[in-house]
Amino acid sequence: MNDPIWLMLVKGVLVFVVLVLLVLFTIWFERRVVAIMQVRPGPNRNGPFGLLQSLADGLKLAFKEDVMPRTADRVVFIAAPVIAVACAFTAFAVIPFGPEVNVFGIETELQLTDFEVSVLLILACSAVGVYGIVLAGWSSGSTYSLLGALRAAAQVISYEIALGLAVLTVFFQSQLMSTGAIVEAQAQGLPLNFGGAEITLPGWYLIILAPSFVIFVISMVGETNRAPFDLPEAESELVAGFATEYSSLKYASFFLAEYVNMVTMSALCVTLFLGGWAAPFPSSWWPGANEGFMPLVWFFGKVLAFLFFYVWLRGTLPRLRYDQFMRLGWKVLVPVSLVWLMVLAAMNIGLDTENELPTRIAFAGGAAIVVMALIFFWPNRKQYEEPAEPDTGLGGFPVPPMDLAVPPNPRALKELEPANTSAPQMLDSQASPRGPINGSRPTDKGEEE
Amino acid sequence: MIDLAQTVAQNASAGESVFFWILAPIALGGAMGLVLARSAIHAALMLAITMMCLAVFYIMQAAPFLGFVQIMVYTGAIMMLFLFVLMLFGRDSKDSMFETLRGQRLLAVCLGIGLAALLASGLARAVSGMTIAADPRWATGAQSNVEAIAEALFTTYLFPFEVVSGVLTVAAVGALMFAHVAKKGGHRGQKEHSRERFASGVYPGPKPGPGVFATSDSTATPALRPDGSIEPASLSAYVPPRQLTAAESAPKHTEGRE
Repeated sequence: MNDPIWLMLVKGVLVFVVLVLLVLFTIWFERRVVAIMQVRPGPNRNGPFGLLQSLADGLKLAFKEDVMPRTADRVVFIAAPVIAVACAFTAFAVIPFGPEVNVFGIETELQLTDFEVSVLLILACSAVGVYGIVLAGWSSGSTYSLLGALRAAAQVISYEIALGLAVLTVFFQSQLMSTGAIVEAQAQGLPLNFGGAEITLPGWYLIILAPSFVIFVISMVGETNRAPFDLPEAESELVAGFATEYSSLKYASFFLAEYVNMVTMSALCVTLFLGGWAAPFPSSWWPGANEGFMPLVWFFGKVLAFLFFYVWLRGTLPRLRYDQFMRLGWKVLVPVSLVWLMVLAAMNIGLDTENELPTRIAFAGGAAIVVMALIFFWPNRKQYEEPAEPDTGLGGFPVPPMDLAVPPNPRALKELEPANTSAPQMLDSQASPRGPINGSRPTDKGEEE
Repeated sequence: MIDLAQTVAQNASAGESVFFWILAPIALGGAMGLVLARSAIHAALMLAITMMCLAVFYIMQAAPFLGFVQIMVYTGAIMMLFLFVLMLFGRDSKDSMFETLRGQRLLAVCLGIGLAALLASGLARAVSGMTIAADPRWATGAQSNVEAIAEALFTTYLFPFEVVSGVLTVAAVGALMFAHVAKKGGHRGQKEHSRERFASGVYPGPKPGPGVFATSDSTATPALRPDGSIEPASLSAYVPPRQLTAAESAPKHTEGRE
């Protein structure tokens, strides 16, 4: 990257503007799509199709009163949203939007910066971005905030491991750690030989590393605190989680950071697994598809597809319980990623043409045996055993008795009983139709028997 | 030592010097803050700042992999676990300035200065007479920074690396063993809960709330049964029931009407 300074500045501002616009669009998009899924119109008042709704909401939030709790730790309270937003925006700097283009006579890549280990920058930014959430919860001096922060810390640490292991397989396969180089490495097709028939699959790591892709997508939802993994801000349990005590622009900046993180993670997934800015069809169909500014269309199309996926998840799945969520992270995603990494390593060494044939067979067979053993010896749940005879223990499950006699409907009674003389003045002095049932209240069951 | 510092100063590019002189005071300030901060969380944050500055130094020294791994592992995971534990102590817990051992602070300062002198002299002896390679990548003959680290880890230092990972695993398992407490009285399933709830003498529904009338909606107001008698379950054991006087329960006059 040897751009002149002005071009770097222009790129930096453009990345910022694109992210902010994408956030405004995503909030509107999310509300509209969820509304359509729930058969209601959604925001449609401000601007065409309600597109300016999120802008209006953002402006409204900015003009709200900024409240700081008396128990808050002032410096940390103000620093927390700054950390969250700064980390979210920084991570997007290494995402490649397109190939080399000609801007005012200068050949440059559609990417703010790229270096040897640029994927690690995104992981580092998301790791530091958690500080924003955790410190926000701690500095608020409120129980809900602290609980939200604790959940966020535990969640992000757990899911970062699975995410890192999924990214590691891409490093393994491509032997590269730079975003731009990984996109280029996926451009070559993958020739396969099925019994003499030559097929060239696209070289996207989605196909070669399908298990990693699934793990990455699951853990990226966990990493960005989105439904169904939005436990740090579960509104039915923790009010607004770590952001409970925040108001005005600080509150808005947490949401800005969350949506920017969504966009960044989608873009990272596209870059690592879906060929980045490459067109989603063979280059022989349309040779110009991968040149100039055209790849921007493919890139943002893929990112929008992922954002739709996020919204779809939110509209479909209920929130996980916390222990189930942790079990999924530690007992499913992490072990599966580790085993898959080992299998991949074994297969790569085994398929290496320099090795002797027995070595190759041994490695590939060993990998296959490991997978088979996993499938066979995976500890499954205790099977449900049908009880020999119905449960007649201490009450058992509350089921109606076999000889249940349904009491007659009091409204069907022609003659109503006379009014209870001891009824107070505030009750209607007319004959109460509820009179006959009063005696059969569930509380009085024990007394009757 | 001084020769080395001079060659470093001569070889450093302008950008590197600028960043060094910006970040070095921040790193030192973070380290000082770590020692001087009263609150444990502030101390941890100061340490995180120092670690981030060190990571940027690594990146400046053409070791980007090491720098980012430092941020991810130390700042992202280990310091986060520290914070996780410290947050549970409560926000108001601060170091007390009371000296529990007499002369402890003086001794600590003396020993600290001694340790610093020891480390500095050891470092000076170690690096004196060393020359600086133009780029650590070419010094080892590897293609890239990552490859060089991998080669060092998995050939020369394989055994120490494995030993360290083994020791860490043992430590983690040991910590788990210490923290694990057997649960008293087994797991209660849905069936047990249900039986308890529907056992005879227990009302399975929610308890009735306090009475809500036009004259009062306080928790001290008893709820009335349909026959007008007081529902005992609506009375709290801790809140004495409040009987309204006739004047209190009479309709209040509204403004402008006597």
